[in-house]
Amino acid sequence: MSILVYTESENGKLKKAALEVVSYAKAIADQMGTSVTALAVNAENVETLGNYGASKVLLVNNEALKEFNAKTYSATLQQAAKKEGAQVVVLSSSANSKYLAPLLAVGLEAGYVSNVVEAPSSVSPFTVKHSAFTNKAFANTEINTEVKIVGLSNNSFGLVEADGSATVEDFSPSLPDSGVTVTSVDKATDKVSIADAEIVVSGGRGLKGPENWGMIEDLAEVLGAATACSKPVSDLGWRPHSEHVGQTGKPVASNLYIAIGISGAIQHLAGINASKVKVVINTDPEAPFFKAADYGVVGDAFEVVPKLVEKLKAFKAANA
Amino acid sequence: MKILVCISHVPDTTSKINFTDGDTKFDTNGVQFVINPNDEFGLTRAMWFKEKQGASVDVVNVGGPETEPTLRKALAIGADSAIRVNAEATDGFAVAKQLAKVVNDGGYDLVIAGRESIDYNGAMVPGMLAAMVNANFVTNCISLEVEGSDATAVREIDGGKETVKTALPLVIGGQKGLVEESDLRIPNMRGIMMARKKPLNVVEPTDVTAETKAVRFEKPAPKGAVKLVDADNLDALVTLLHTEAKVI
Ligand SMILES: Cc1cc2nc3c(=O)[nH]c(=O)nc-3n(C[C@H](O)[C@H](O)[C@H](O)COP(=O)(O)OP(=O)(O)OC[C@H]3O[C@@H](n4cnc5c(N)ncnc54)[C@H](O)[C@@H]3O)c2cc1C
Ligand SMILES: Nc1ncnc2c1ncn2[C@@H]1O[C@H](COP(=O)(O)O)[C@@H](O)[C@H]1O
Repeated sequence: MSILVYTESENGKLKKAALEVVSYAKAIADQMGTSVTALAVNAENVETLGNYGASKVLLVNNEALKEFNAKTYSATLQQAAKKEGAQVVVLSSSANSKYLAPLLAVGLEAGYVSNVVEAPSSVSPFTVKHSAFTNKAFANTEINTEVKIVGLSNNSFGLVEADGSATVEDFSPSLPDSGVTVTSVDKATDKVSIADAEIVVSGGRGLKGPENWGMIEDLAEVLGAATACSKPVSDLGWRPHSEHVGQTGKPVASNLYIAIGISGAIQHLAGINASKVKVVINTDPEAPFFKAADYGVVGDAFEVVPKLVEKLKAFKAANA
Repeated sequence: MKILVCISHVPDTTSKINFTDGDTKFDTNGVQFVINPNDEFGLTRAMWFKEKQGASVDVVNVGGPETEPTLRKALAIGADSAIRVNAEATDGFAVAKQLAKVVNDGGYDLVIAGRESIDYNGAMVPGMLAAMVNANFVTNCISLEVEGSDATAVREIDGGKETVKTALPLVIGGQKGLVEESDLRIPNMRGIMMARKKPLNVVEPTDVTAETKAVRFEKPAPKGAVKLVDADNLDALVTLLHTEAKVI
């Protein structure tokens, strides 16, 4: 018996989301009176997972798993879950985890709930709260199968340190045919992705044109943030489609979301509402975004944003 | 090539979400239902396959009689025939099981579903379906080409995109990019007239038990009023974000 948690890494380095899912798995393990086993693929320094509650790490080192593939990764997790007698498998809400989880659910005949935002309110029946209707509501859902799969929404549980240590064990799964082969990757390696970002700076049609995005990037840089945009901005080709956030774009669940020149249409808000703290900068005090935000500045972005960048630089220098 | 497009019938994006029966049921009162936006992109992509490569295109929904107008709309856009599996869509697993039977019975080569539905946002039906029918699976798909039984797809990943090669039979989770917004088709009068004569077959469900059950819904806690900061006093904003919100 155990709780199995999939800890993601990039170029060998564990992601912050990996520490969060381990913290979450530990909370479930405590509720169920069992322990946490983490599965890591081609990652380094996996002992650190012990600091968040894992008591064992299954470490897979295999060149064939260098590129993420939903089928081979799900087979790996499935074999680990069988070996550990896992009652619950915990994953994050990254694009990769969401890709593999449905395959794993079929393989393990396990009920799966995604976008979970809290520790289970009960473990018998096993009940979790998750967002639904694109963050316009939450549902409390029971999972009635023997093995359960939980996809945790990013930044919803946080990191919880535990004093403990993890033993590391090598694990060699047998891999199926991958079925899908990556032939090329186009990824900005110097930029924070929206999914991994703790802070997201987003611009709307109020910025008038793509030539004005320099100040948005300056703001993102001083905050170590990812950049995003409203749908019309990507439809107009001012920004790449991958930056489009909202109900029909990428979901955002950051700690801080700064909306600049965005009116706050219902479809936009739905996709970013899971963010903890929202700041709006808009010339129109009647813009609907002010009703959804925590902090607001009524003003012209072309004046406010450069000034804010200077203030933040000064703040960073003073707090460095 | 035989294509099946999965259509989920969802509340329009502007809908206010409410619940009834002691917060156990979604309140459909006054709610407009539409084709799930991700499925609309997939349906148009399927029409292009039909027109350029001679594919046949069927659409399917798992749901009650109330979803038929949504299927008729898909027929009016150009699908050849529609299938409604007469079962309540209880959870992602049960829906995928019903769809798996349709895919196996119909011998489809390509199944185009959406990345996620905007109601339950499970992002699980397409992957589960692919695993059940033993097909290849690509999700967050923003481009798809098929030649013979070889497929090339582009998918969005965190922070960028990747190009992949795979083969039929294939299930995709599609989204905007498969076609652009400006390519979407609005049913015209002729399409609507023709749709009335196209087959909409109602099939009885196979016996499956849902694995999960939504027992209670809730709405987010009401938000406190926004704190306004003067545009000439941005130091105050920095201080609030640091000391009060603790996010910088
Ligand atoms: C089916 C459907 C799905 C959709 N999905 C999405 C989605 O996923 N994401 C999304 O974003 N939208 C989505 N939309 C579109 C949505 O309804 C809005 O049209 C869109 O969000 C508006 O974008 P915007 O706020 O950038 O532009 P606008 O609504 O034009 O707002 C611009 C704002 O900028 C302000 N402004 C102007 N000048 C300045 C200045 N100098 N300084 C500061 N502020 C200024 C204005 O006061 C205004 O509030 C969807 C719509 C539909 C129908
Ligand atoms: N009841 C349904 N009937 C047909 N297709 C569905 C149904 N529910 C979901 N789908 C398909 O699965 C995709 C993802 O849905 P979901 O897993 O609910 O987020 C949708 O975009 C549809 O293509």
